[in-house]
Amino acid sequence: MKLTVNGTEHEVDVEPEMPLLWVLRDELNIKGPKYGCGIAQCGACTVHVDGMAVRSCQLPVGDLEGGVTTIEGLGTPERLHAVQAAWVAHQVAQCGYCQSGQIMQAAALLDLNPEPSDAEIDAVMSGNLCRCGTYPRIRAAIHDAAQKLSEA
Amino acid sequence: MSRAGKIARRTFLIGSAAIAGGVAFGVYMAKKPIPNPLLDDLKDGEAAITPFVKIDAEGITLITPRADKGQGAYSIQAYLIAEELDIDPATAMITPGMPGQAYYNASVLSEGVPFPAYQDGFVAETLRDFMSVPAKLFSIQMTGGSSTVPDGFDRMRLAGATARETLKEAAARRVGVARGDLRTENGAVILPDGTSIAYTDLAAEAAEIDPVTDVTLRPASAWRYLGKPDLPRLDMLRKCTGTEVYGIDMEFQDMLHATVRANPAVGTAGARVDASAAEGMRGVEKILPVSNGVGVIANNTWRAFQAAEALEIEWSAPDYPGTSEGIFATLEQALGDPDSYDHRQRNEGDVDAALEAGEVIEARYRIPYLAHAPMEPMNAVVRVLDAQVEIWTGTQIPLFIRDRAATIAGVEPEAVKVYVLPMGGSFGHRLEMTHVEQAVELALAVPGRHLKLTWSREEDMSHDYPRPASVAAGRGKVADGKVMAFDLSVSQSAMAPEWFGRLSGMSLPGPDATITTGSWDQPFDIPDYRVTGYRAPSMVPVSSWRSVGASGNGFYHDSFLDELIHAAGADPLAERIRLCLHEPARKVLEAVGEMSGWDGPSIAEGRGRGVGFCMSFGVPCAQVIEVTQTDEGIRIDQVYVAVDVGEVLDPTNLEAQVFGGVIFGLGHAMNCALTYENHAPLETNYHAYEGMRLYQAPQIEVRALSNGSRIRGVGEPGVPPAAPALANAIFAATGQRIRELPLNKHIDFV
Ligand code: FES
Ligand code: FES
Repeated sequence: MKLTVNGTEHEVDVEPEMPLLWVLRDELNIKGPKYGCGIAQCGACTVHVDGMAVRSCQLPVGDLEGGVTTIEGLGTPERLHAVQAAWVAHQVAQCGYCQSGQIMQAAALLDLNPEPSDAEIDAVMSGNLCRCGTYPRIRAAIHDAAQKLSEA
Repeated sequence: MSRAGKIARRTFLIGSAAIAGGVAFGVYMAKKPIPNPLLDDLKDGEAAITPFVKIDAEGITLITPRADKGQGAYSIQAYLIAEELDIDPATAMITPGMPGQAYYNASVLSEGVPFPAYQDGFVAETLRDFMSVPAKLFSIQMTGGSSTVPDGFDRMRLAGATARETLKEAAARRVGVARGDLRTENGAVILPDGTSIAYTDLAAEAAEIDPVTDVTLRPASAWRYLGKPDLPRLDMLRKCTGTEVYGIDMEFQDMLHATVRANPAVGTAGARVDASAAEGMRGVEKILPVSNGVGVIANNTWRAFQAAEALEIEWSAPDYPGTSEGIFATLEQALGDPDSYDHRQRNEGDVDAALEAGEVIEARYRIPYLAHAPMEPMNAVVRVLDAQVEIWTGTQIPLFIRDRAATIAGVEPEAVKVYVLPMGGSFGHRLEMTHVEQAVELALAVPGRHLKLTWSREEDMSHDYPRPASVAAGRGKVADGKVMAFDLSVSQSAMAPEWFGRLSGMSLPGPDATITTGSWDQPFDIPDYRVTGYRAPSMVPVSSWRSVGASGNGFYHDSFLDELIHAAGADPLAERIRLCLHEPARKVLEAVGEMSGWDGPSIAEGRGRGVGFCMSFGVPCAQVIEVTQTDEGIRIDQVYVAVDVGEVLDPTNLEAQVFGGVIFGLGHAMNCALTYENHAPLETNYHAYEGMRLYQAPQIEVRALSNGSRIRGVGEPGVPPAAPALANAIFAATGQRIRELPLNKHIDFV
């Protein structure tokens, strides 16, 4: 079975029911997407499929249609995506385990809605759990990233 | 503020005559030099200047033995060393190092002394220092109890200063000038003529000379990193780019992936297993018994999870009640029962006499078991090869893990290496090691192979050792608009002895202070004032949960105080301030009053504010919460927080920790419980145990004060006041007094 992740094509030999998350983590050694719940309740596994935020723990790899982008493909320590830059500027992460998913979700949000209100941020981001309680800074960082992106 | 006298006493004379008299734990052993774990691992040419700094020709390594579970320990420890060493920590290698006794944690046990943290008198201080002796004996290289900063503040700066002066001494000898004529800057010694010699170039010579230990620490006014706003966390970039490597991300060639299912009645053995459906599944290599359950070894985590689910298992039942109802009945029975009496650390005035006649105000409270549920589930990678055991895991207790793994594998502790990795949260979960024991058991069956054990979220939540459930009863009296008598009794299973016994195999004698920590030790002066702990039988095995005893006691003490104040007709904030006998605590109460523009508990029709206060881990923390009753339920509008940690080393991270603590405290108080049915919790994943999500997160404003006399950690003290402040605010807005957590059993939230 073939799939494209961060622009690179991979061939894997797995059962089609295996969720994309575990193909990424255990077969392709792409560790940015995290396992938190396995039932679409935490968002730690969020990746983009053709630009849309998707919970990779819920997507059987056999049903995948389109290219996958993970946090590793969004930006790198040397070339940060605007959302990642805002996250660093606001010192958002505590343990950081949820943040790959938070950042992927926020990037997809800003793609669709460049100037989200607080209520829109609440609605889209509430599927991403943060047990460390970084929410106040997540809100601030999203507004900041929105502004930077609109100036760019 | 340099505290050189104190430093010398704690770091070097810890086992000496200065604190020798009367230690029951064996001063001789404490006085023996502590083996330096780095010496085992040193390559030629490295100079081990202190156990916290390593320098060789290639670079500088800082060793930060307190584990990072999200609280910023990694970063602050590196800054503490760098502040005195004169390096940019971003250019150094930073590693937790191998576990070793030299990293014993003196502060975590020092809060166990029978003096409330607001007493700083001579006896209390001396006893706190005594307690670092058993920490050393018990080999407690442990992260917890908000202790990283208090424990490391002197020691790590001292390590940096010692390294710096020794490198200067080496340079002085090389060029033939006095050490006093040299200075240091950015990882180099600067000669009087301006030439610089890199530390790395001096490493070999520094190894040849005795370390310079008569160093003076710099005053806060000379600090370059500490206390500065916008101090970047050194792990931030990795955590925002998906490049931080947590335990669950470890990868090795040909690694096996495993998971387990253990008896939902935690700690109970015995099971009948039918593995026939699981055995033939794709990628499954072995199905084996582990302590209290069954393990599956496969070639992919998901395949291991699938096979584990396909196991048919019949569990045996434990000997404690199997339902929440039965558990609470047992707790209620112990409450006030003389046979269950555990301790009474506060008893002022004559409470019995005071409550004999007249109108006595009474209230009963209860709180549920709570899971830690950090985002990264428990996991460990283990390899057993030629009687050596290697373990990679995120943990707060590497030495306990080393010793237990040695026992399981039948090797000496020296044959076990524990590599501590960054943790995706803990909240106390990683003060346990069941998952590591299971991983070692499974790895022994596949010698030579790396094996990664991952708990499913369901396994993680149902095999957590939760925060204890407890019940409490308050009785009190008011007169002339004042609180006159306060009597609180708390009943809980013993937490600390259970936990310590699980880890060490030793029993911890004496009372279990955690039953009343957070209520007996509050800085108030009430004429008749008493707090009593009752020890209920052990039931569901329990453990520390962010803020430990204060997580429940903060709710009990402050809720009941609020009830009495309302009954007295006094103002909730003004009466707390009047009763407060500790200056820094009074100041945080005054601060939240000012921040919130406090003018009484009522704001408008359907809107109210509550104040909550708790002093935990030596940190007074006050919170004012404003709520509105809406058609969809209670909405939290705003939270004001004031804390006093003595000295703020990292203002940005302090604010983050307080945000996190408040959200953790509120989320669980509003929404969370572990409910037991058939000996197992019904809540096994986040759909039933959310904590708080973004849409409920309020605006939070934080003010840090510095009136306290000792430096303190802030990872936990933000938690305890949140629940009572919210319950008190709900009372102010609605007139409904809620005495049981979670609050959503009794009222809806937006
Ligand atoms: S792991 Fe996919 S949503 Fe939690
Ligand atoms: S930063 Fe730890 S869970 Fe979000």
